Amino acid sequence: MLKIISGLSIAVLLAACSSTPTVEQKGVSVEDRTLGSQTAPKVVDSAPVVAAVPPSATTGSPLDAELKNPNSILSKRSVFFDYDSNQVREEFRPVVAAHARYLTQNKAAKMIIQGNTDERGSREYNLALGQRRADAVKQMMTVLGAEAPRVESVSFGEEKPRAQGATEAAFSENRRADIVYQGE
Amino acid sequence: MQKSVKLLFSLWFFVISAGAAAQIRIEVIGGGATQRPPPLSASDFPCNYSTAGNATQIAVAIAPFRDESGLKQSMTSVIAADLARSGLFKIVDSAGAKPQHEPDQLDYAYWRARGADTVAIGSVSPASDGRYEVRFRLMDAVRQTQVAGFSYVAAPGQLRLTAHKIADVVYEKLAGEPGAFATRIAYVVRRPAKRYELHVADADGFSPQTILSSNEPIISPKWSPDGSRLAYVSFEQRKPVVYVQSIVTGQRQAVANFFGSNSAPAWSPDGRRLAVVLSRDGGSQINIINADGSGQPVRLAASASIDTEPNFSPDGSAILFTSDRGGSPQIYRIPVSGGQPQRMTFDGSYNVSARYHPDGKSFTFIHRCSGRFAVAVQDLTTRQVQVLSDGGVDESPGFAPNGRMILYASVAGGRGILAAVSSDGRVKQRFTEDAGDIREPAWGPIVSK
Repeated sequence: MLKIISGLSIAVLLAACSSTPTVEQKGVSVEDRTLGSQTAPKVVDSAPVVAAVPPSATTGSPLDAELKNPNSILSKRSVFFDYDSNQVREEFRPVVAAHARYLTQNKAAKMIIQGNTDERGSREYNLALGQRRADAVKQMMTVLGAEAPRVESVSFGEEKPRAQGATEAAFSENRRADIVYQGE
Repeated sequence: MQKSVKLLFSLWFFVISAGAAAQIRIEVIGGGATQRPPPLSASDFPCNYSTAGNATQIAVAIAPFRDESGLKQSMTSVIAADLARSGLFKIVDSAGAKPQHEPDQLDYAYWRARGADTVAIGSVSPASDGRYEVRFRLMDAVRQTQVAGFSYVAAPGQLRLTAHKIADVVYEKLAGEPGAFATRIAYVVRRPAKRYELHVADADGFSPQTILSSNEPIISPKWSPDGSRLAYVSFEQRKPVVYVQSIVTGQRQAVANFFGSNSAPAWSPDGRRLAVVLSRDGGSQINIINADGSGQPVRLAASASIDTEPNFSPDGSAILFTSDRGGSPQIYRIPVSGGQPQRMTFDGSYNVSARYHPDGKSFTFIHRCSGRFAVAVQDLTTRQVQVLSDGGVDESPGFAPNGRMILYASVAGGRGILAAVSSDGRVKQRFTEDAGDIREPAWGPIVSK
């Protein structure tokens, strides 16, 4: 019976029709609630990331290009985790170390580490598990000399899966922390 | 060799457009101690299913109101649908009955012969100002006395709400507890192409309105105790930030946007404060903030573990939350003033998302048992756990404001749906929308003013 209610007006009608209760018999009273009707929806779009690099004296500095160079370890941005784990696996330590080094050598650079989980279980608990993964990567970065205020660890929990589906392959792809530089 | 840092721009489009959305459909899908699903995991804690049988139904007739046939929507069909959906009422067929709108017209013997001990009668009369006067009486067909009688003056757009209020009166008089038909629910719809919408609809799924639309996820909507605002988590700034939005004016404000993640809002019963989870101090920790975002957060507890999903007790004295301080996620309770958390759940290794019953004597939560995530209820005194849903991937349970039903998110046919189960396990409902994935439900309060 999918019924699309289409006639709702474009105007924001806060006018709301009062509904006056009157008591009939027995002195029992019922108050009628006024409906705040038809609030306009808000549409929020996050930033389309515009790739406008402000000109600088050293356009195309080796390190900037290095971040995107597929042959550079800095182009590796994902750290994967085992099930129910926030241990940075041995194989990803060089990646974390390389980015920590980049931060120490580029004082204006700021980094966001985005933790992710698979879809099983509570969304908010998964948000906290993703945070723990992002925090683990941040912790390793700061031990290696990165300044903590320039590394923001946040979590997407299960909300932004890279792989869809309820398979172990998808789950392991989504147990991940991503390294993103501010402005990317 | 300074690298110029590009700025991130958040583009906000406040578009005023029609807020109408596809309506959700609610069906009663049975209940009682039906056949339970086989366990998915033999090693997991076994499910202790509720063994309540089918509900005893109250037979009631809703005689068509005088002059309602001219309305766009018959009021008595709304009333009958509300009562039938609760699972507690058997609606006696009134087709073919002679018109009866006043007590002196009532043929009590006729209704008793049809099995109805109670009959609702009434009328809808247009008033001179374009509004309607709705008169309604609930009559005891055995004693031939009036149980309740009210009249309302309602604008045409309020006739559905008035019908829900009448259903609430019938429910309260005959079931002995307040009705929750004249309430609203909020939920998130995920469209294809990664579009997220926060909806508010009547409790029967009608009149859905989109109050926020975003291309980034929206989670954890929570109603303010007066029903005027929603707190929620939006990822529009490429990280979780807690907002509060008026559902009347649409005005919104980021109330927790600190370094790191901000999530899991919960209202204090007076509507003045929120418990939120912040990661600014490292880890995920519960803080209390003012609901208007003023002042500095006050940390509730300090732990090296995850503390999340806070929920205030109805009297405002304590907070239930999820923590893995004992090794696995379990429900704990802490005084709002701080202090030593007390572990509440002990069955199984995954217990999350606790929400108090409105009477404060029990809570609902997600309990993993037999390899499934299921809706359960635990008594705060006896600690007894009863599993109410068949389980699978159930999430985000919360009580209706009268405590009768628990609304939660589930999956059917590969799509997100909402479902509800009565707090005794006897009645089950399913809410589906044909157009999208629905999730993250929250049942609003009973608003009386």
